[in-house]
Amino acid sequence: MIRVVLPTHLRTLARVDGEVQLDVEGPATLRAVLDTLEARYPMLRGAIRDHGTQRRRAFVRFFACEQDLSHESPDASLPDAVATGTEPLLIVGAMAGG
Amino acid sequence: MSTVRVLVGTRKGAFVLRADAKRARWDVSGPYFGGWEIYHLKGSPADPQRLYASQSSGWFGQQIQRSNDGGQTWEPVGNQFVYDGVPGTHQWYDGTPHPWEFKRVWHLEPSLTDPDTVYAGVEDAALFHSSDGGQTWQELPALRNVKGHLWQPGAGGMCVHTIVLDPSKPERIFIAISAAGTFRTDDAGRSWRPMNRGLRSEGIPDPHAEVGHCVHRIAMHPSRPHVLFMQKHWDVMRSDDAGESWHEVSGNLPTDFGFPIDVHAHEPDTIYVVPITSDAEHYPPEGKLRVYRSRTGGNEWEALTKGLPQRDCYVNVLRDAMGVDALDPCGLYFGTTGGQVYGSADAGDSWAAIVRDLPPVLSVEVQTLP
Repeated sequence: MIRVVLPTHLRTLARVDGEVQLDVEGPATLRAVLDTLEARYPMLRGAIRDHGTQRRRAFVRFFACEQDLSHESPDASLPDAVATGTEPLLIVGAMAGG
Repeated sequence: MSTVRVLVGTRKGAFVLRADAKRARWDVSGPYFGGWEIYHLKGSPADPQRLYASQSSGWFGQQIQRSNDGGQTWEPVGNQFVYDGVPGTHQWYDGTPHPWEFKRVWHLEPSLTDPDTVYAGVEDAALFHSSDGGQTWQELPALRNVKGHLWQPGAGGMCVHTIVLDPSKPERIFIAISAAGTFRTDDAGRSWRPMNRGLRSEGIPDPHAEVGHCVHRIAMHPSRPHVLFMQKHWDVMRSDDAGESWHEVSGNLPTDFGFPIDVHAHEPDTIYVVPITSDAEHYPPEGKLRVYRSRTGGNEWEALTKGLPQRDCYVNVLRDAMGVDALDPCGLYFGTTGGQVYGSADAGDSWAAIVRDLPPVLSVEVQTLP
């Protein structure tokens, strides 16, 4: 089980409270987590990564275990603590006001 | 007894204002989609309970929301806007080629006859169409073939902000783009022609160019669809031949710069504008917020001031932020960048603020319900 923390606006959009818990098939990568997340909450498609290119939107960041994973390959393995559910994956709106 | 519903899009959410036919007491609900930019929301003429809303964010992109109960509950629908083919380039602010990129939906125009059919005007400028209630969107790409490589952004971006459907000719659509001009299709979007003859614009190399004009808004009365009114960047214009040619009707306006223009629900020659000082000073002249009304289809204008601030007022009224109801007397509504929504239940003779402290208002649409 992988834990995901969404930013406020995306929690509202997806109508979820608190963390999202996902059972991700196969290796725990960012791509696998986002695929699973978007399959459960289709309204998040296009809000975190581009519909076509699947690239991270410019003002979205990925953090976990006090590390910035935003620029990692989407196919890189997530930290063990995220893969085992000890630590959440944080999807964050970039610190830019609003 | 009829009721009125005013749909207000703001920088930080949507609001719905409701009143009975007296239009004296208003119920305000919202914010819906709090914190998101709501460029526009509009109801279907064929089913007034069906509403569409454009919800966007610089962080999280575009969403389209749909309501089937007049705005009480909403559901997200399709948000994938993909240009047809390789869209190429338009002009950037400095005239250099710039790739076409989808940014947001500025305007949603539901079909006059089918609640599941809706058009979306987007930035970078293109027109999209959905026939399944907003679940999927397809571009009408022929529009970009009309010298799209010469279009350029206005200060707000390069957007299709106006979509006017002709009630007498189902395949005729007018659209307007900042800064490209007005375009018309007579075959449901398979082909388009520029409709800018008679426009004259400073700020482009050829003031009479076929495309490149910063049209801010066009309006039509449904009983007379060959007559169009336009608020251009500068100049208030009129066409009596469905956009084939335009002539200026600014007349005695204190300034002919502005954004919205609208037509009285029952008097096709009664039109309204909100003069703004200039393209450099986006606020009313002399700090006085005045709506101007012409009962002669232009040229002769009167200031409407009763109930509007006549000192120290420096708000703007954006292009999609004015609407009329269909009651008698006709009601008129507009929202400001200062967060006020003003209403008039007597065709503009007198005004009162319905709300004063919303986020900056981007759009106002009005529904008259039986």
